[in-house]
Amino acid sequence: MDMKVAKKLGLKERYTMMTRDLAWDTTYQPMDKVFPQVTYEGIKIHDWDKWEDPFRLTMDAYWKYQAEKERKLYAILDAFNQNNGHLSVTDARYINVLKLFLGSTPPLELMAGRGFSMVGRQMVGAGPRVACMMQAVDEYRHCQTQIHSISNYNKFYSGLSEFAHQQSRMWYLADGKSFFDDAITAGPFEFMVAIGFAFEYVLTNILFVPFISGAAYNGDMAAMTVGFSAQSDEARHMTLGLECIKFMLEQDPDNLPIVQRWIDKWTWRGTRKLASVGMMMDYMLPKRIMSFKEAWEIYFEENGGALFKDLARYGVTVPKCFPQTIEEKEHITHQSWIGFYMKPDAMSFHTWSPSPEELDWLSEKYPNTFDKYYRPVYEHWAKMEKAGKRFNNKTQPMNCQVCVTTVKYNEPGDPMTTCFRESIYKGEKYHFCSDHCKEIFEHEPEKYIQTFITSHQVLQGKCEPEGVDTDAPDFKPGSHMMEYWRLDPDVQGDFNGSLDQKNFAAWRELATKN
Amino acid sequence: MSNAFIAFQKNDETRCIVEAIVEDNPGAIVVDQPAMVKVDVPGKLVIRRSTVEEKMGREFDLQELQLHLITISGHLDETDDEFTLSWQG
Repeated sequence: MDMKVAKKLGLKERYTMMTRDLAWDTTYQPMDKVFPQVTYEGIKIHDWDKWEDPFRLTMDAYWKYQAEKERKLYAILDAFNQNNGHLSVTDARYINVLKLFLGSTPPLELMAGRGFSMVGRQMVGAGPRVACMMQAVDEYRHCQTQIHSISNYNKFYSGLSEFAHQQSRMWYLADGKSFFDDAITAGPFEFMVAIGFAFEYVLTNILFVPFISGAAYNGDMAAMTVGFSAQSDEARHMTLGLECIKFMLEQDPDNLPIVQRWIDKWTWRGTRKLASVGMMMDYMLPKRIMSFKEAWEIYFEENGGALFKDLARYGVTVPKCFPQTIEEKEHITHQSWIGFYMKPDAMSFHTWSPSPEELDWLSEKYPNTFDKYYRPVYEHWAKMEKAGKRFNNKTQPMNCQVCVTTVKYNEPGDPMTTCFRESIYKGEKYHFCSDHCKEIFEHEPEKYIQTFITSHQVLQGKCEPEGVDTDAPDFKPGSHMMEYWRLDPDVQGDFNGSLDQKNFAAWRELATKN
Repeated sequence: MSNAFIAFQKNDETRCIVEAIVEDNPGAIVVDQPAMVKVDVPGKLVIRRSTVEEKMGREFDLQELQLHLITISGHLDETDDEFTLSWQG
């Protein structure tokens, strides 16, 4: 008998059959009732079938490749842990990068997963619905793999065990939380611009690539494998974000002004959020591959510039904040590290004074600003530390009502003055770090007046651990912050003299001698 | 002309993929960084399945790129035979 072998379908046909052809229009209920959220933002869509995933990835292929990625990742993690890999990192200061990065990111990944689950449910077209579902699964995966990676470090070092509790309470974790809270409470299209486009395409791309490469350079195989395994999904996420932008712009010319406002808003919010990643590159990696400024130039100015030049055919212009971010690239990482250094008792990671060699590296990388504005601060603090008076600012910070970063960046054009804005709404005064955040607030004040800022709310007695009687006559707001944060006493204070520093030195000694 | 680019984790498979890109894209610039490799091409970057297969000495499905990808820049179009990134303007 002759065997008839069916010709294998091509990628395009397979994609069509496994996505659009498996979808249907509802008949018991009208489609607009089943997908109620896709119109209220004002975005007009005429033909959902015009949306196609350029990767043409179908669910069966997705599971196959993701399973392979997981097998590789866990093989490397196991090997790293079995070999006491944590002792092979450049020096113990490096661990603090993980405390900040791995301590702050998993809850954000979880929110991204929830966001894409919700948005995927709202998308009328099968193309975006399937792509959103894949991204949701990816984000849950990133959350899990990051927690698995932390768990090994948590066996040896302080400051990692309470990341989930601290996410909505710690003053410096509030910017990331606020970014995702803002996005997930917006409509489905704004969420796609916020996360898919601004965060994934324009910004994360930028910094996580050189940052994770930097982790590898510092001998951290665990962060490298977790970071790059996540990043292998990001290429798909970026593509989804860019497709969404093009799709909206091609569907109706009325969509342009709405999309432009979202691009302006979310590029700025992302820029603020990523200042701390820049700080990790410039100050916290003992061995550095490039400065934040260099990364910004390659990935944001060149790559982002290419993107906006391309999108100009739809009438899109570069985000309004573009010139300010270029001016700030020479300042923000220094201002961030100064901001963290001065709060040694209020964080889940250690800080330290840069060494003389590190100061020289910073001078070389930031010739226009470092010696003039920032070196004198560090040299002064080094003197204080030598005299036994390590600088310690015990006041509460003020946070921006929109981006919730501490108000610490400079006035545009004037590096010696702190930028500070305010706005009155219904008789209440609100504070901002910049003109861009003020403008975002004034467009949607009812949304942003709800921001819960712990460093402000504490003064009203709203940030206390369980069991504190806030009506007691001798109640003093903010006197139980360590318990409220569940801050490990071992992680307080400067890196120099810390338990991590002593343990790492002792364990490394054991690892190299009998 | 803006650069289209792609970055991979550095391993034996991507060594072959990068060789294929360099062969098929005159003007490609390869940048080595710790644990990763990035390739920039002005305007348009193409990965051809046939060239990758020649370098690897085995059959290759372009979707296997998913395993090694770190980042891309440019509009993407993927078929069975070619993976293309390009910028207009």
